Amino acid sequence: MRAMVYRGPYKVRVDEKDIPPIEHPNDAIIRVTLAAICGSDLHLYHGMMPDTRVGMTFGHEFIGVVEEVGSSVQNLKRGDRVMVPFNIYCGSCYFCARGLYSNCHNVNPNATAVGGIYGYSHTCGGYDGGQSEYVRVPFADVGPALIPEWMDDEDALLCTDALATGYFGAQLGDIHEGDTVAVFGAGPVGLFAAKSAWLMGAGRVLVIDHLDYRLEKARTFAHAETFNFAEYDDIVREMKKTTDYLGADAVIDAVGAEADGNLTQHLTSAKFKLQGGSPVALNWAIDSVRKGGTVSVMGAYGPLFSAVKFGDAMNKGLTLHMNQCPVKRQWPRLFEHIQNGYLKPSDIVTHRIPLEHIAEGYHIFSAKLDNCIKPVIVPSQSA
Amino acid sequence: MPYTAEQPKRRESNDDLRARIPGWGADLDPKNRPAVPRERFDPAATGAHWDFPDRQPEKWPRERSVEHKMLTPVFGTTVPPRGVSGVLRKYAYREYSEGQAAHWLILLAADRVDAVESHLLSFASLRPDNPITETGVLSELTRHGYSSRVGRNRADVKHQWMDPILVAGPWVLAAGLLYTTVRALARRR
Ligand SMILES: NC(=O)c1ccc[n+]([C@@H]2O[C@H](COP(=O)([O-])OP(=O)(O)OC[C@H]3O[C@@H](n4cnc5c(N)ncnc54)[C@H](O)[C@@H]3O)[C@@H](O)[C@H]2O)c1
Ligand SMILES: [Zn+2]
Ligand SMILES: [Zn+2]
Repeated sequence: MRAMVYRGPYKVRVDEKDIPPIEHPNDAIIRVTLAAICGSDLHLYHGMMPDTRVGMTFGHEFIGVVEEVGSSVQNLKRGDRVMVPFNIYCGSCYFCARGLYSNCHNVNPNATAVGGIYGYSHTCGGYDGGQSEYVRVPFADVGPALIPEWMDDEDALLCTDALATGYFGAQLGDIHEGDTVAVFGAGPVGLFAAKSAWLMGAGRVLVIDHLDYRLEKARTFAHAETFNFAEYDDIVREMKKTTDYLGADAVIDAVGAEADGNLTQHLTSAKFKLQGGSPVALNWAIDSVRKGGTVSVMGAYGPLFSAVKFGDAMNKGLTLHMNQCPVKRQWPRLFEHIQNGYLKPSDIVTHRIPLEHIAEGYHIFSAKLDNCIKPVIVPSQSA
Repeated sequence: MPYTAEQPKRRESNDDLRARIPGWGADLDPKNRPAVPRERFDPAATGAHWDFPDRQPEKWPRERSVEHKMLTPVFGTTVPPRGVSGVLRKYAYREYSEGQAAHWLILLAADRVDAVESHLLSFASLRPDNPITETGVLSELTRHGYSSRVGRNRADVKHQWMDPILVAGPWVLAAGLLYTTVRALARRR
């Protein structure tokens, strides 16, 4: 089969690989029909995530058709069209039993601090991902779900991570009626978080980024007020000004480890790897939120420490909420919102790229060329 | 204004918002928010029909965090450790918990070693690495590399110029080294 393969920082190609076999009675093998590149994949692509091995196939957002199932699988059969959450989880451990699907303890021998994620380095369990023609899906009775008849493929694809994560991020903001919500980052996660903030009853939604074309999308798609941080000397001061010096009630970090806006932070994290990630956006979030407010962290950071302004968070009495999104928990309610027309996830898809050209897909998305917001990957057999 | 007690004035009423934004307030009641409360004990909700999963066979000594009591029943099997990077990785897992910086710094170092080892190996294979196609850099020409950056007030342009140097630098250096070595050898004959 054809599969995306990591060749070292900034380098990927498509190789011939064996179709993955069933390794556990509850495995399924899925033939991928659509995959996507996520902002999280960029942390791998830039060589920032420890134990990212040359030869690994990335991709944790994908949908497909069941090709083969293991002997204990009850809920799926060959030919089913399925959407697969980016979390790999057992459904029965201490954490899964309590709904913390993204924090499963039975799927990742490499680290106890992280759950299992498809195609996301050995630090997340050493599983190959879905930017490929076939992928092994463990715990087929737990993670995957049939794609509802009425749902578009690209909408289903975006439910497997970006949409669910943005929706989750807004919920962790603990938004009350009329609250002012600021979202740092206008990538897929930030756009969906901004859009979801309205569902929670926000009174104002502010989106901050430095890419004008994404801010434009934040205005049209997410009805938000927007700020280009590169146009201000100090974006925190601007946030205070626009909230009459109170600060926002809730702030969502939808940027993560590769935040721009401070060269020292960029160099020490992205270039020299002395930090688990550049917390520029997180620090701006901590300083922009009002005292007693909530910061919701959806942006991903590596396992190494980061230079976070913890004193400000402490002195301001902030509540910090964060996690990898437990995707499947969001689905029933999200499906209602999509069916009611409140959310149209595929509106943010800008590029559809054949698997064979995935190296260009990574470059376009990473360098933010061609007004790229969300690139979708199409395996050759489904094109 | 935070200097007095009252809530700041709302810019738009709920009715205005409802008219302007489809679905406004649909999840106003936390009961409608699937992530609230964070923990909800309901093992029957997941679809798991086991108390503890069957164990996947361990085909080679699988490296694992010392913070785990045992090998997890299910794990990924792609790219087993190999070469010098593999030795480093196994060492990091064996000797240091996730709580120690050394664990992660050694793993990061192993990633850099892995890239070099893999590039060298690829030259002895039928598919040598090709930095031009693998970086996708040709899309700069077809996908508006110039106009996507210039005059756009982007913060990342301040450091993006470093990326080609960091990516291409080692290749240029290696090529230079190879060239001088071959020339020196040829001269000696
Ligand atoms: N928690 C989860 O479950 C989860 C799931 C998916 C993605 N993520 C993480 O969410 C983050 C965003 O993902 P994405 O797919 O939207 O990525 P993306 O790279 O497309 O978006 C990030 C955006 O942040 C902007 N940005 C950079 N520095 C900024 C700053 N200082 N202030 C404001 N904006 C800034 C960038 O211009 C970009 O538009 C990533 O870190 C990703 O790893 C987390
Ligand atoms: Zn993701
Ligand atoms: Zn579990």
